[in-house]
Amino acid sequence: MSDRTEVVLETKKLVKHFPITQGIVFKSKVGAVQAVDGVDIQLRRGETLGVVGESGCGKSTLAKLLVGLEKPTSGAINVRGEDMTKLKGTALRRARRNIQMVLQDPYTSLNPRMTVGDIIGEPFEIHPEVVPRKGRDKAVQDLLDTVGLNPDHVNRYPHQFSGGQRQRIGIARALALKPEIIVCDEPVSALDVSIQAQVINLLEALQDEFGLSYIFIAHDLSVVRHIADRVAVMYLGRVVETGNDQEIYENPTHPYTQALLSAVPVPDPTLRGHRDQIVLEGDVPSPANPPSGCRFRTRCWKAQSICAEQDPVLSIRERSPHASACHFAEPRDVVHAL
Amino acid sequence: MTDIKADIDVLRGIDPNAPLLEVNDLHVEFRTRDGIARAVNGANFNLAPGETLAILGESGCGKSVTAQAIMGILDSPPGYITQGEVKYRGVDLLKLPEKQRRSVRANHIAMIFQDALSALNPVFTVGFQLSELFRVHRGMSRADAKKRSIELLDQVKIPAARTRVSDYPHQFSGGMRQRVMIAMALALDPDVLIADEPTTALDVTVQAQIMGLLAELQQQRNMGLILITHDMGVVADVADRISVMYAGKVVEEAGVYDIYSRPAHPYAKALLESIPRLDMKGQQLNVIRGLPPALTAVPKGCAFNPRCAFAQDVCRQDPPPPQYIVAPGRTARCHFWRDVVGDE
Ligand SMILES: Nc1ncnc2c1ncn2[C@@H]1O[C@H](COP(=O)(O)OP(=O)(O)OP(=O)(O)O)[C@@H](O)[C@H]1O
Ligand SMILES: Nc1ncnc2c1ncn2[C@@H]1O[C@H](COP(=O)(O)OP(=O)(O)OP(=O)(O)O)[C@@H](O)[C@H]1O
Ligand code: SF4
Ligand SMILES: [Mg+2]
Ligand SMILES: [Mg+2]
Repeated sequence: MSDRTEVVLETKKLVKHFPITQGIVFKSKVGAVQAVDGVDIQLRRGETLGVVGESGCGKSTLAKLLVGLEKPTSGAINVRGEDMTKLKGTALRRARRNIQMVLQDPYTSLNPRMTVGDIIGEPFEIHPEVVPRKGRDKAVQDLLDTVGLNPDHVNRYPHQFSGGQRQRIGIARALALKPEIIVCDEPVSALDVSIQAQVINLLEALQDEFGLSYIFIAHDLSVVRHIADRVAVMYLGRVVETGNDQEIYENPTHPYTQALLSAVPVPDPTLRGHRDQIVLEGDVPSPANPPSGCRFRTRCWKAQSICAEQDPVLSIRERSPHASACHFAEPRDVVHAL
Repeated sequence: MTDIKADIDVLRGIDPNAPLLEVNDLHVEFRTRDGIARAVNGANFNLAPGETLAILGESGCGKSVTAQAIMGILDSPPGYITQGEVKYRGVDLLKLPEKQRRSVRANHIAMIFQDALSALNPVFTVGFQLSELFRVHRGMSRADAKKRSIELLDQVKIPAARTRVSDYPHQFSGGMRQRVMIAMALALDPDVLIADEPTTALDVTVQAQIMGLLAELQQQRNMGLILITHDMGVVADVADRISVMYAGKVVEEAGVYDIYSRPAHPYAKALLESIPRLDMKGQQLNVIRGLPPALTAVPKGCAFNPRCAFAQDVCRQDPPPPQYIVAPGRTARCHFWRDVVGDE
């Protein structure tokens, strides 16, 4: 992916705080969960941006902000130069059409009482301008075919499909409005490895066919490495490091990225005991009360007093040729250590 | 304490020189409205002290049911053990009267689960739950039991164990709860520990902490560990031997190095090949075509035959492939294991 390729989506200082309230009748705000706290990401045409990080770091909240399921507290989401957070009415609906989402759980994300045809065709009801009414059955069957399901199965219900097939239904539905961008929130996490591979292959084939751009959220770092062109690593509501897949996996410069990568078990027993394992102490702090300065400092083995005083910005640094939010960013090859 | 344990053992016929745990030809079926689901269909394996045996396989292949049958916590009805042996130090637990069976299990075999929250009682403090074990099974006084509980929480590296012993399960993070559950499992000094997806619900950095802890405790106590998982990375990191299950059968059993370098069963081979690897970047991943069978309608012959790249006519016919001996201590249920091992 060259840097010259057009940016299709960009967030600027995107923030989502969930208020913590007390009292039942007269609610008063006593604090806020800083789920997403100043996130800048860029997605280019035809590219896959992987988003990784541990449970609760704000990945799903970011996804929901991008597709308009949550309203940001502040910040901008620019899609082809237009700030989605400022759009209203028809303009907003048209912009939304362009960003669709595939969810993790193929068991609960589909309405069990709707047929597959109704599920995939539902977006046409909301955006009737996309396909005229009499062309819809054909459009739905084409979509089933595109994702590798039997078009004759339009009248079946979700429970009649396996997990992997249900995920294909979710993908067909996301494709219905011919979006340019698809946000995939843990699309294969609930699937077995053998089925996971089928769905990943499908997503990659569709990307080539339709020139789609993906935001691909996952906690499986090897899956992200396979599919992503660039990767953003999140910790406690912030992006701590971004770069292309080589930069992140071979030369991570943020201690959190290094710890995360080193914790991933490698499916090769001959590497046992030879890997550079960084075992982190303690738990992730609460996003309602994050540490001052660098949010990782309470678990970081490199932390100095500056880390508590100054918030390290996400930027290129002396020893980090790609953006890293650490005062002491420097490469450490944790994956290949032997 | 160990003396009481040893005395009871003699009564039960337990022979300290017999193999630690042997599972032979275990069959478990669920009698449901949709028919009989043969969840475990002739599972075999054995476990030595200090050894880690991984049971690997996809969702629904019978891993948890096998563990439940060994532990005697099978949901019955609808589940029934219809055949086989579960031998602890030479004694077939399935043939013991209920009361003796329970005492052998309580004293020697323990289990931890994926979901610690549901395994711990939410209305009692963790200290109370641990103390109860010592009071009921070891006849300890309240004060001694509490002291022992704190020691144990300390051993599983709960910071400030002395104060945390009075906390309730929901006051711990996911990783901490898993530590508490490990403490409960180890309370009565088992020599077999079965861990059913102990880290699947946890983040990788927490997983690394927990797996490190388990390995350390296992070594200290020379326990046999059965680790149930579908994570082939975790297996490569900790297992000595692997049993790969498919549709209720162990289709390959081998040492960890053998199976990762030269699998002998097509299913094991395909599973390993479907993991995204570095050199596969930008290429299609290998897939296993089709789906695992419904356990109410397992294919004739080899259950894997409709998805198998090596299948011939003989694979589609009964009897199913037996456990061929590939090498000493290594078996595979595939008629063509020679071709599979030799395949690049
Ligand atoms: N509607 C909400 N109200 C209050 N807090 C919320 C809400 N949604 C999310 N949060 C909190 O925001 C933080 C980020 O949650 P989010 O679901 O985005 O994390 P995630 O990275 O997707 O985690 P996971 O990997 O577990 O899916 C968490 O602390 C979560 O509890
Ligand atoms: N209580 C029950 N009643 C009926 N069928 C059951 C019951 N428990 C398990 N089964 C069936 O037995 C089969 C094996 O289940 P088991 O839980 O052992 O799978 P597993 O290998 O542990 O899968 P997973 O990786 O999803 O945990 C499944 O098809 C399951 O539906
Ligand atoms: S027995 Fe036949 S079908 Fe089964 S795994 Fe071997 S080759 Fe494949
Ligand atoms: Mg999420
Ligand atoms: Mg299970």
